[in-house]
Amino acid sequence: MSSTDQALVFRAVERRRSAVAAFVRTLPPGVAVAALVIVLFVAAAAAPGHLQTHNPFRTDLYATLQPPSLAHLFGTDQSGRDLFSRVVEGTRQSLTIGIGATGLSLSIALLLGVTAGLAGGAVDAAISRFLEVLFAFPNLFLALLFVTVFAATPATLVIAVGIGTAPGYARMIRGQFLSVKRAGYVEAARTLGHSYGRVVRQHIFPNAMRPLVVMITLGLGQSIVWASGLAFLGLGVAPPSPEWGALLDAGRHYVTRAWWLEVMPGLAIIAFALSATVVSRHLQDRLEGRVHAG
Amino acid sequence: MSEPAITARQAPPWRRRTAAVLRRLLGAVAVFWAVATFTFCVQSLLPGDRAEMMLNVASGTLVQASKAELAAVNARYGFDQPLSVQYLRYIEALPRGDFGVSYQTHRPVRDMIAEQIRPTILLTASALVLAWVIAIVVTVTTAGRPGRLSRFIGGVQVATAVAPPYWIGTILLVVFAVRLRLFPVEGDNGLPGLVLPAAALAIPLSGFLGQVIREEFSRVLEQPFVTTARMRGMGDTGVRLRHVLRHAALPGVTLSGWAVGALFSGAAVIETVFARPGIGGLLVAATSSRDIPLVTGIIVASAGIYILANLLVDLAYPIIDPRLRAR
Repeated sequence: MSSTDQALVFRAVERRRSAVAAFVRTLPPGVAVAALVIVLFVAAAAAPGHLQTHNPFRTDLYATLQPPSLAHLFGTDQSGRDLFSRVVEGTRQSLTIGIGATGLSLSIALLLGVTAGLAGGAVDAAISRFLEVLFAFPNLFLALLFVTVFAATPATLVIAVGIGTAPGYARMIRGQFLSVKRAGYVEAARTLGHSYGRVVRQHIFPNAMRPLVVMITLGLGQSIVWASGLAFLGLGVAPPSPEWGALLDAGRHYVTRAWWLEVMPGLAIIAFALSATVVSRHLQDRLEGRVHAG
Repeated sequence: MSEPAITARQAPPWRRRTAAVLRRLLGAVAVFWAVATFTFCVQSLLPGDRAEMMLNVASGTLVQASKAELAAVNARYGFDQPLSVQYLRYIEALPRGDFGVSYQTHRPVRDMIAEQIRPTILLTASALVLAWVIAIVVTVTTAGRPGRLSRFIGGVQVATAVAPPYWIGTILLVVFAVRLRLFPVEGDNGLPGLVLPAAALAIPLSGFLGQVIREEFSRVLEQPFVTTARMRGMGDTGVRLRHVLRHAALPGVTLSGWAVGALFSGAAVIETVFARPGIGGLLVAATSSRDIPLVTGIIVASAGIYILANLLVDLAYPIIDPRLRAR
């Protein structure tokens, strides 16, 4: 009971006080942890030096393949480099590739989805067919096609993952526009005699774009998983780099002797992807008004 | 759009069904053609001289071939023809299953795929079955029950759904093959060699499938017909298995068609991790050596399998869900 009252109070306060503070207070504990994890990763990307315990590039031939300990939180690699510091160092590149791929993916998706959703008719039919065709390609295979044609570089990775994941988002955005177009308030605005342009600007666009935040967080986690998968196959960022997928690729050859080389970078990927999913689910529930504070 | 409605009223049911099936088939063929065309367009963006690249791929080194040598190769493979001619040749050869000749081995791509496709189909099919088994068992036993365990399992499903298959594969490999020595480390050694790769593919998929079935399962549990079944004196397990699962499985079936694509993607990585034969590993190798015909051939063939799988799911739907038959 009291938690519901509290939620009501919070919601009332939300409008006047800082929206961010109220937002944080209504977070369920799991979501709060997930958000904290993401903040930590962003901090690692912005200022890796503050989190690192060692120089991520300094080799130490007296301490190769050390298991995780207090001195080396994630252990050391075949050259004695501190794995924890390398994972922290790689965060920037992994996140940059993820952000780039998500940005590209959502730009393509918005272009196609918004056009199809707003135009309708023949344009919608054509775009939907095109998406159906893109869907027929296994995600990773479409990415591999681009890697083959444009050679394996981090930039290709961004393009490959961006194009590979775009059809899914395009379909979601299109569906969103179609359902908002049919909403009662849109019809009401039309009946009131508002021009089509105004209805689109004031009602359709803002409402249809609402799940965009959800898609961004979800997409970030997904594209990092995909991009590191390509790097893991040796098709993207090459091993001396501490990018997460490249770390996994480098660790593959030592996996029988040093499990931590494979487990730790993988945990970083999963921690990020899982946190992104948890946060995006929460945002989705909130946007759909399904949230229960407490 | 109006035409099917008219035939629906007049034609006998079997003819209606045949017409619907034919329409689906035509649609599938059209999508396949578009997939091949899209692939052709992307590969035509390849920068540089085709013959030079081809020679480098075949020899594995950087060779500086003379203009005359390059021209001869270009002429032999038709690279000197305008793109439209190359495209027509490519499309015309497709119905025969002709994907061209590998740059590296100079063997027909069709034969290379035919040799390697069986382990991939076996791997993806067993992973799909395993994912369904895990998802159903977990959902039937825990969904819609109060308590921490159920919530925890739900959380585990979310976590496994985001875990990358290549990572799970490596972990399984280290724990069960290297440490415990329960399974062979790599290669295609019949059933024991299949367990770990299939599990690595199935675990993330079961998390994904499980989430979808679970949501539907909890919704169906509150339907009136479930209450009716309980009132007739049916036990909880019976209700869950006979009534609820049937409904909850429907969205899962739709997803299975989609999952074929995801499984192929996963297979590419898993086959590399476990050094298993298959078209996924072949594709990854072909990507690193930039063997264009082999890459495009495998991609178009897999897209074909995806289209076929989804066609089957579409056609099977009325059989699973009798409500659709009446329409």
